[in-house]
Amino acid sequence: MTHPSDTGPAPVLALKDISKSFGAVRALRDVSLELFPGEVHALAGENGAGKSTLIKTLAGVHRPDAGQVLLDGEPVVFHGPGDARDAGIAVIYQEPTLFPDLSIAENIFMGRQPRRALRRIDHRATRDATTALMRRLGVSLDPDRPARGLSIADQQIVEIAKALSFDARVLIMDEPTAALTHSEVARLFGVVRALRDQGAAVLFISHRLEEIFEICRRVTTLRDGAWIASEPLAGMTEDDLVRRMVGRDLAELYPKQDVTPGEVALSVRRLTREGVFTDVSFDVRRGEIVGLAGLVGAGRTEVARAVFGIDRRDAGEVVVDGRKLTNGAPSTAMAAGLALVPEDRRAQGLVMDMSIERNIGLTGLGTTVRAGLMDRGAERSRSLDWAVKLQVKYARIADTVNTLSGGNQQKVVLAKWLATRPKVLIVDEPTRGIDVGTKTEVHRLLSWLAADGVAVLMISSDLPEILGMADRVLVMHEGRLTAEIPRTDATEETVMAAATGRTAA
Amino acid sequence: MTVTAPDQAPVAEVPKAGATRLVDRVFRMRELAILVVFLVMIAVTQAGNSAFLSEQGVKDLLLNATILVLVATGQTLVVITRNVDLSVGSTLGISAFAAGLHLQNGGNPAVAVTLAVLLGIGFGLLNGLLVSLGQVPALVVTLGTLYIIRGIDSIWVGSRQITAADLPGGFVDFGSGGLSAVPYLALIALAVLVATAYYLKHFGGGRELYALGSNPEAARLAGIPVRKRILAAYTVCGALAGLAGAMYLARFGNVDSGTGSGYELTVVSAVVVGGVAFTGGSGSVYGAALGALLLTSVNSVLPALGVSSVWVLAINGVLLVLAIAVDRIVALRVASALKKRNARHA
Ligand SMILES: Nc1ncnc2c1ncn2[C@@H]1O[C@H](COP(=O)(O)OP(=O)(O)OP(=O)(O)O)[C@@H](O)[C@H]1O
Ligand SMILES: [Mg+2]
Repeated sequence: MTHPSDTGPAPVLALKDISKSFGAVRALRDVSLELFPGEVHALAGENGAGKSTLIKTLAGVHRPDAGQVLLDGEPVVFHGPGDARDAGIAVIYQEPTLFPDLSIAENIFMGRQPRRALRRIDHRATRDATTALMRRLGVSLDPDRPARGLSIADQQIVEIAKALSFDARVLIMDEPTAALTHSEVARLFGVVRALRDQGAAVLFISHRLEEIFEICRRVTTLRDGAWIASEPLAGMTEDDLVRRMVGRDLAELYPKQDVTPGEVALSVRRLTREGVFTDVSFDVRRGEIVGLAGLVGAGRTEVARAVFGIDRRDAGEVVVDGRKLTNGAPSTAMAAGLALVPEDRRAQGLVMDMSIERNIGLTGLGTTVRAGLMDRGAERSRSLDWAVKLQVKYARIADTVNTLSGGNQQKVVLAKWLATRPKVLIVDEPTRGIDVGTKTEVHRLLSWLAADGVAVLMISSDLPEILGMADRVLVMHEGRLTAEIPRTDATEETVMAAATGRTAA
Repeated sequence: MTVTAPDQAPVAEVPKAGATRLVDRVFRMRELAILVVFLVMIAVTQAGNSAFLSEQGVKDLLLNATILVLVATGQTLVVITRNVDLSVGSTLGISAFAAGLHLQNGGNPAVAVTLAVLLGIGFGLLNGLLVSLGQVPALVVTLGTLYIIRGIDSIWVGSRQITAADLPGGFVDFGSGGLSAVPYLALIALAVLVATAYYLKHFGGGRELYALGSNPEAARLAGIPVRKRILAAYTVCGALAGLAGAMYLARFGNVDSGTGSGYELTVVSAVVVGGVAFTGGSGSVYGAALGALLLTSVNSVLPALGVSSVWVLAINGVLLVLAIAVDRIVALRVASALKKRNARHA
């Protein structure tokens, strides 16, 4: 199960018997890993398995409690991220780490800007290098634009550009593709292959198994912080890998129940927000799951935000259960029974230094109040109930959310909104960054909610998910609704055609 | 598979003259706006009182602003890192007295100024260490050092006082002299201002101050020596407060244990009026300097127009609130402009 290292080159970077605990949580237990030059290595495991923790240990963010980090076979101690960078290790972290006030070019080169005489920063060279990087990645982002307000996908692109901006011997990527479109992923993989062929070692994390099989040669699997296996991917199937990760066989990924839709619960008429989307009309009935497909940037998230009232609409109306919603007032939307699980969960969905319990409880403040006071007992039991339903992995329910793994933070946001028992639920990319096991669980939950009479609008860039779960697929292209396809006619081809604007519906 | 664009990935050319220009322009406009308000105020006053812009009038205007500009420059460095230094008033007071005492005993002016600056550096280091090592908010830490330094000052100075008569003539003349209408002190402040602005824009250390104010966690991950930078910002801030103390002595010749008390609030006001965000990561020293000029000019304008100076505080307050409101509105505007740009670019 190990690499034939006596014949091949020596590992550039290796971890030997690493352990790391956070208080009572043992995030890593005796984990070993070897990264060889010219190889892309996958790191697989469920949410909370310890993948990000392992990466942060390699990057000098965390100091291991026990074990060694070996660089070119020699033990090293990284005192901080700067040390690791100086050793030629580039890292893309799971959560974007940008400076909102600074330009994209400055974000990319912060700490190692090109210099001219007297160690002054060469602003022009910085900008030119950024332009070149953007071209290499095939995206058009203005290097002078501040990072504030970038979409998650664009933030991810900047992170990637940052990692590529110096000649790294080791490139570590923690879920870099979670927010990217297929073509952007293809570009990224092209760049990664080129780096690999130049002899760089790459460590890659993704919950999209097909990506792992596409680009990686070997895989190391973690489960609950423990090392399970390091092995070549050749000859393995996705099911084999899933079994390694979760330790059992999985139920069906798309457990969609058949339901007969009831009366209209959400009705959107001629919704328009200037310059963003135009004339969007659709209905969602009780019991129905409606998929909203389209390319990233087609305006799906923006429609959801305007429906909920976070952004003001310029024209059109939204009716929930017969009640017209006030423009730009999320509180009336909530009162009418609408819930929105946002796309950018970290920024919009969570209070990071509040406990899991309180975060889930936030949406229920109306129902868990007794005689004007918070009923903390009720809040706790409600939160526990949902945390268990979604299999959130935590030490104690009173722990703050920022100690959770990325995927588990997402589950908390889902729990928070599901706990409101909405009549209409809008979910924006509900399974992004969530492991396969939980994905099944989220799908089962959505299906169950629909069967229970909830109207569900599901925005997703994961086409199989849309095809597997939706009763009806709406497709957006450049701010307009271009197609409405019933479940029986929905195929990858029909949805893609509408999403890229190749047909008029 | 995910929903995809056809694989002919759009090799888009990178847009020039994009959003930054916009943001850049907004911030330059922010500084321009203060300048315009200032000029209008001066013009109105001149129209009402033709003696206002005499050579001496201009000189007074500049002299009054000089010390505040200097301290506000240092404060800006700290505020950019998402911190604050409330002890600058106390530092100014104690270094002014130290310099004065040295001169009173027949010391050399150059040594006296150095002494004031060194004292400032010492207190700056103290603040910087406390803020960067302790997990205590800067507001609380420097409120503490404000009282500590003022306490030491009071014990040391007691009821003593330094007056212009105790000081060498050359020193006092330098404090009020100048090249026609431009005071020497203002030239020094200007030099410091320009150098600081240049450093902030063109040197790695300067940019890193913005970075760590903008997102401290990301700064750590980018390998920026966060503590070292914060320490440096406080040290420079302290040094400039010390230098301002020496200048205060040269200008007014009069120092006692109360010198500079309450000054920190004026400094913070100037910085905020000048558009330096308290949330860190944005603003410029030029903005802060213009803010200082605007605030101090109100002091000269009102008497020149025959308005009672009891209005000064109220007017400063209005300017402050106005500045914050404008910043907030501009920020929202910029954010929505950037969002729309996103929607189109994708
Ligand atoms: N700073 C911290 N304090 C306390 N616990 C932590 C901290 N960071 C991580 N943990 C815990 O360590 C475990 C592993 O987390 P990690 O982020 O490495 O998971 P992951 O494999 O990256 O999961 P995901 O796929 O969801 O990103 C989790 O149980 C998490 O709650
Ligand atoms: Mg992770």
